[in-house]
Amino acid sequence: MEQALDANRLHFGFTITYHYIFPQLTMGLALLLVYLKTKALRTGDPHYDRCAQFWARIFAINFGLGVVTGVPMEFQFGTNWAAFSRSAGGVIGQTLAMEGVFSFFMESSFLGLFLFGAKKLGRVGHWWAGFLVFLGSWLSGYFIVATNAWMQYPTGFAVGPHGEIELADFWSLVVNRWALWQYAHTMLGAVQTGCFVMAAVGAFYLLTARDEKYGRTFVRTGVLVGVIAACLQLFPTGDSQGKLIAQNQPVTLAAMEGLFESQSGAPLAILGQPDVEKRRLDNPLEIPRMLSFLTYQEWGAHIKGLEGFPHDLWPDRVSLLYYSYHVMVGLGTIFIAVMLMAALLLWRGTLFESRWMLWLLMLSVPLPYIANTAGWMTAEFGRQPWLIYGLLRTAHGASPRLSAGNVWFTLIGFMGMYAMLSILFLFLMGREIEMGPEGHDPHDGDAAAHELPAEAGD
Amino acid sequence: MGTVWFCTTALTLTIYVLLDGFVLGAGVIHLLVARTDAERRMVLGSIGPVREGNEVWLLAAGGMLFCAFPLLYASGFSGFYLPLMIVLWLLILRGISIEFRGHIQSAVWDPLWDFLFCSSSFLLAVFYGAALANVVRGVPLDATQYFFEPLWTNFRLGDDTGILDWYTILVGLLALAAIAMHGALWVRVKTEGELNKRTGKFAAAVWWIVAALTALVTTVTFRIQPQIESNFADHHWGAVFPVLAVAGLTGVIFELRKNREVRALCASGAYLAGMMTSVVFGLYPMVLPARNPLYSLTVQNAKAGDYGLKVGLIWWTLGILLAASYFIFVYRSFSGKVDPPSAQTPRHK
Repeated sequence: MEQALDANRLHFGFTITYHYIFPQLTMGLALLLVYLKTKALRTGDPHYDRCAQFWARIFAINFGLGVVTGVPMEFQFGTNWAAFSRSAGGVIGQTLAMEGVFSFFMESSFLGLFLFGAKKLGRVGHWWAGFLVFLGSWLSGYFIVATNAWMQYPTGFAVGPHGEIELADFWSLVVNRWALWQYAHTMLGAVQTGCFVMAAVGAFYLLTARDEKYGRTFVRTGVLVGVIAACLQLFPTGDSQGKLIAQNQPVTLAAMEGLFESQSGAPLAILGQPDVEKRRLDNPLEIPRMLSFLTYQEWGAHIKGLEGFPHDLWPDRVSLLYYSYHVMVGLGTIFIAVMLMAALLLWRGTLFESRWMLWLLMLSVPLPYIANTAGWMTAEFGRQPWLIYGLLRTAHGASPRLSAGNVWFTLIGFMGMYAMLSILFLFLMGREIEMGPEGHDPHDGDAAAHELPAEAGD
Repeated sequence: MGTVWFCTTALTLTIYVLLDGFVLGAGVIHLLVARTDAERRMVLGSIGPVREGNEVWLLAAGGMLFCAFPLLYASGFSGFYLPLMIVLWLLILRGISIEFRGHIQSAVWDPLWDFLFCSSSFLLAVFYGAALANVVRGVPLDATQYFFEPLWTNFRLGDDTGILDWYTILVGLLALAAIAMHGALWVRVKTEGELNKRTGKFAAAVWWIVAALTALVTTVTFRIQPQIESNFADHHWGAVFPVLAVAGLTGVIFELRKNREVRALCASGAYLAGMMTSVVFGLYPMVLPARNPLYSLTVQNAKAGDYGLKVGLIWWTLGILLAASYFIFVYRSFSGKVDPPSAQTPRHK
């Protein structure tokens, strides 16, 4: 079933990567929506309500696609990874079911109210609807990260008589220390996507000299929140994640960094191409001793390279892991630079006139998506060859009766369907941005009221 | 503990059938009873604010299966690989057609999504029925407790049957009819005017099909799955479930004649709930019968560890109470009839 295994891995990898395009924006935007609604409530200025209304429409498109592409994820554990589900379902089923029961119900119920019930709920009620959408989506993120964190760093389980992995300690599953850092790191990534998208749309309005009042609010909000998120992304969350990996997945650390030889005072590779056959990094651009320092705060600390580990413990895609990690870190550094520069200009009051900076903000919009994707690829390739680290190998997790042909059939089906969704998504997003915050009838009251009879709520 | 989770999961799934049932049903009848663009927008308006929440009951039920019966989740989902994937695609199509239709008003945009909404709902209803029928009929589990079934073989019952055979298709048609009736009754409650009258007539006409298919499917089912008969023979109190179904079905036609809209919808809900619970009661303690009864998955052999089930019951109870309170709030907020869209307010400038 070797072929089926690869097809299954690609199947999950493709569908989850595509899915995560949408939640990373909705989780980030949810926070910014609460910020805008709070501003509106405190200042009483309807401008902020209209800003929130505009972003609620963008949110709704992304949320809808997040839901339809997310539903397959919950089923794929059973359809494609039956052996894994059978042995670990008693543990990870807990967090996944909690996501449904605690977050999806909250999110979907209050999103309906947030989109369709502005008039009915009143200002304070509408703020609460927005806040509960935010809470629901952030809770949902937590349960997913806790599930993944358990696969990275399993805790609170016992192995039963037939090899089944059973829950033994609920709280160590739910507040796994790995989950806490991974969650903070993941959510900051989502916030950055939200900030870059908001700032980019604002920059577009300012550069094209339309809806400028909105443009300024969008750029200011995106930059203010974005600069904080970009810095926290690196320290402490990224730093702590790195240390957890160094402690618990040292072979992953070596592969991520492209370190083949064990050495004291290991250098940090900035660029270079790993040659796994010859076990070396080609064309390396390195900072001497830096890796030792970052990992152990000692310039001369000894770090085990890939060669220090048995080959069957190596992640099976060393190059991809190395590149995902370097793309993530490289982009994260660029985000800090871009956001700090923009914040400085904002502080000096010249941001809205600095066309080059607005151009930079506008063109940066794909980058956080790439960085978030690369971050997840780092986590997932880094966990290989394990499905549950140290407990179950990926090779033993797939559905035993499922042929490669059937997996390819559905993978191609998903690819076709998602290609169609992408075209529609870009078309509708472009249209909303083109129409702008004033494009909809301001007397409509409800965001997205265009979808329903205007008085649907009454 | 296993039995408790069997009941809670069955309950969650039944709620899903009742709630998503009318959304699906609204989709099935969408092209049939709603003739004009305004009417079609009313149909979509009647489900718009609640449909995503309704679908979450399916996700909750899936998650509960995963955590309480990992073996069932793994064997069942991998064995029903193709039909499940098709259901997922249909759910995607249905979701986006409701989501995207409202964004643009155009002679090529609206009909496309109306058609997709209607056809994906139609197929989903049939597939759901067929899926339930597969569980009743049993699957070729072996000693490894895995199986894999093709979509169809020769459409006959027997050892090498696929997901679709004459029995599962028959149940699929019953599901389609029952869900169409349920959806028509929902749209009737939520609308006024022509649409209201037409959905009433439609429901009354479909009622006869539902009644006939119910009788036929029930007769056949007792022959196909002997466990059901012995369960009802051993535990007479179980008769409440089929009685609920029959009372619900009778109630539908009675209330339709009396012109009581909400009561007719509730009666149809009672019918669906009665049918679901009858099946579940009839199968217990099996959760996935095998052709060779030795290999059937049961509540006992498929359940997760007791500690996990106990902890799970605590948070599940809490979570479902919260969810129920959101739903009551949302449904109250959107209660009453959907206003017809007025011709003067274009959706976009």
